[in-house]
Amino acid sequence: MSSTAIAPPAAPAAQDRSRTRSTLPLIAPSVGVLLLWMIVPLVMTLWFSFQRYNLLNPEVGGFAGFENYEFLVTDPDFWASLTNTLVLVGSVLVITVVFGTLLAVLFDQPFPGQGIARVLAISPFFVMPTVSALVWKNLMMHPIYGVLGVLARAVGMEPVDWFAEYPMAAIIIIVSWQWLPFALLILLTAVQSLDHEQKEAARMDGAGPVAQFFFITLPHLGRAISVVVMIETIFLLTVFAEIFVTTSGGPGNATTNLAFLIYARALLQFDVGGGSAGGVVAIILANIVAFFLVRSIARRLEV
Amino acid sequence: MATLELRDIRKSYVAHEVIKGVNLDVADRDFVVFVGPSGCGKSTLLRMIAGLEEITSGELLIDGKRVNEVGPADRGLAMVFQSYALYPHMTVRQNMGFALRMAGIAKAERERKVAEAARILQLEPYLDRRPKELSGGQRQRVAIGRAIVRNPRIFLFDEPLSNLDASLRGQMRIELARLHQELDATMVYVTHDQVEAMTLASKIVVLQAGKVEQIGSPLELYHHPANLFVAGFIGSPRMNFLEARILGADGGGVRVALRSGAEIVVPAAMGGAQAGGTATLGIRPESLRPDPEGPIAGEVRLAERLGGLTLLHVTLAGGEPLVVQIEGGDRTGAREPIRLAVDGAACHIFDESGQALPALERHPLAA
Repeated sequence: MSSTAIAPPAAPAAQDRSRTRSTLPLIAPSVGVLLLWMIVPLVMTLWFSFQRYNLLNPEVGGFAGFENYEFLVTDPDFWASLTNTLVLVGSVLVITVVFGTLLAVLFDQPFPGQGIARVLAISPFFVMPTVSALVWKNLMMHPIYGVLGVLARAVGMEPVDWFAEYPMAAIIIIVSWQWLPFALLILLTAVQSLDHEQKEAARMDGAGPVAQFFFITLPHLGRAISVVVMIETIFLLTVFAEIFVTTSGGPGNATTNLAFLIYARALLQFDVGGGSAGGVVAIILANIVAFFLVRSIARRLEV
Repeated sequence: MATLELRDIRKSYVAHEVIKGVNLDVADRDFVVFVGPSGCGKSTLLRMIAGLEEITSGELLIDGKRVNEVGPADRGLAMVFQSYALYPHMTVRQNMGFALRMAGIAKAERERKVAEAARILQLEPYLDRRPKELSGGQRQRVAIGRAIVRNPRIFLFDEPLSNLDASLRGQMRIELARLHQELDATMVYVTHDQVEAMTLASKIVVLQAGKVEQIGSPLELYHHPANLFVAGFIGSPRMNFLEARILGADGGGVRVALRSGAEIVVPAAMGGAQAGGTATLGIRPESLRPDPEGPIAGEVRLAERLGGLTLLHVTLAGGEPLVVQIEGGDRTGAREPIRLAVDGAACHIFDESGQALPALERHPLAA
């Protein structure tokens, strides 16, 4: 009786084509905006990096070939900034992952005031980088007014002038303080997702707390740790505000990373061409890192 | 030799008591099954034996020694978890050898024990796979293998078959029975599935709300349930309960009258019950049979035909429901009147407090 109600199925290919045609205008605006947003700055950076373009000397212009790049790679500051970038990224990654894992295991244990403690531990992430760097610079690490200085004097020690004596360590501390909550947050959810019965089975198998951590918890956290490493690497390659408000890349070039070097080239020395060349190098580096990271992590996620 | 004794074991969470004084003796090579509805405390009790939950009061003795304060790894027990709790990043070999590795046993010895367990469980081809690459039944076997390699004094099973599909469950049930024989081990097993309990157990412990309702062999519980709860819990389909009045007792047993007026003599002693008092008559669906002369009259409401047998859902003249199990070949269908006969010896009488009146004779299989 109702057999006539069934429509003959359309050929799948035709259906797909008509579907593409009908949805294309709808997604076109966002795709178009995104494309312009990405492509225009990228192409302009590329273009400028091959131009003689110094705002202090506008008379000199024209195509520069690889001059800007040559100038960049022969500049000792560039290699120093690369090293600084790697040191900063590497140190912060190690600190946040190690302490994040330990804190996550700690915060997984029930204790009174757990909820408040968790909120407090996570809150540094919600402070903007400029503010937290200023807080650390003036309230914590200042040799005269800073908390650390006061503490040092209280036990009869000479206060440390962090930004003069250990500038890179100071930056690493500040950036780690900001990113530790992120690692903690991701790792804590991972710790909490560990099957309770697995831990109990390990207990029955005679694994003490330390063995449980290394044989059960840590392998379980593998994926979460790789996610933390990937996301943090992407953001840590471009740390800028913390350096800008504390050391401005100094003393000398001790805390100049690639992002700060590009800023200094383009906006302090007004060398747009040289700055753009640095930008292109940064893009290439970031993509190399991203390629390896994504590949290795994708392999991990499959397992 | 491994015996287990529970002496007035109790467990409370703050003010709420969940295990209310359990006494139990498990002999060497016993297969004890804890059954009961969800939330009756059977898993908690097992976890207390394992050492994963603290014992609030009472004594737990393994081989006669108090182990209340001994850690789970040092009690000489092994547990198979409901979720199997295999370590996902380790291979089958590593999973099974983990406890031995923790105990600091040399690699060669470890390998030998794992190989032996793998042989018993037919897991040899899978030793280098990870749990993820195994089927449910294989994972189950790995979990059992992990227990076997430790050569424990007592095996604990926490609803180990509940995650398997029906056919695999039947297969694993037979496997477990075979293992019990082969390993000569003492086993404690928790389940809510009474088929598992009946087929595996040498001793069943029926629990309800943290209390032991009855302890006995499977057929003892089936033929001589101590009270209404056990009678209703053991046996499938469930025992029928009919309201009855006690008329009196003589040498042949207790005479009761149903609401419809039908009288049945059950070979039981009066115990604490009074003549003239109300009682509950319990009749298993399989002890009822259609009989044109039978004393119980009703109408068939529904016939569930399972092939080999048929379940008739009957409404009695008084309105009480009754389930009757008959031959699959019987033609009786829905909306037909039916008369039923029952052998008094297969009936049970429960007094007003739900306790069974003692049977005059024990069933030969439940001695």
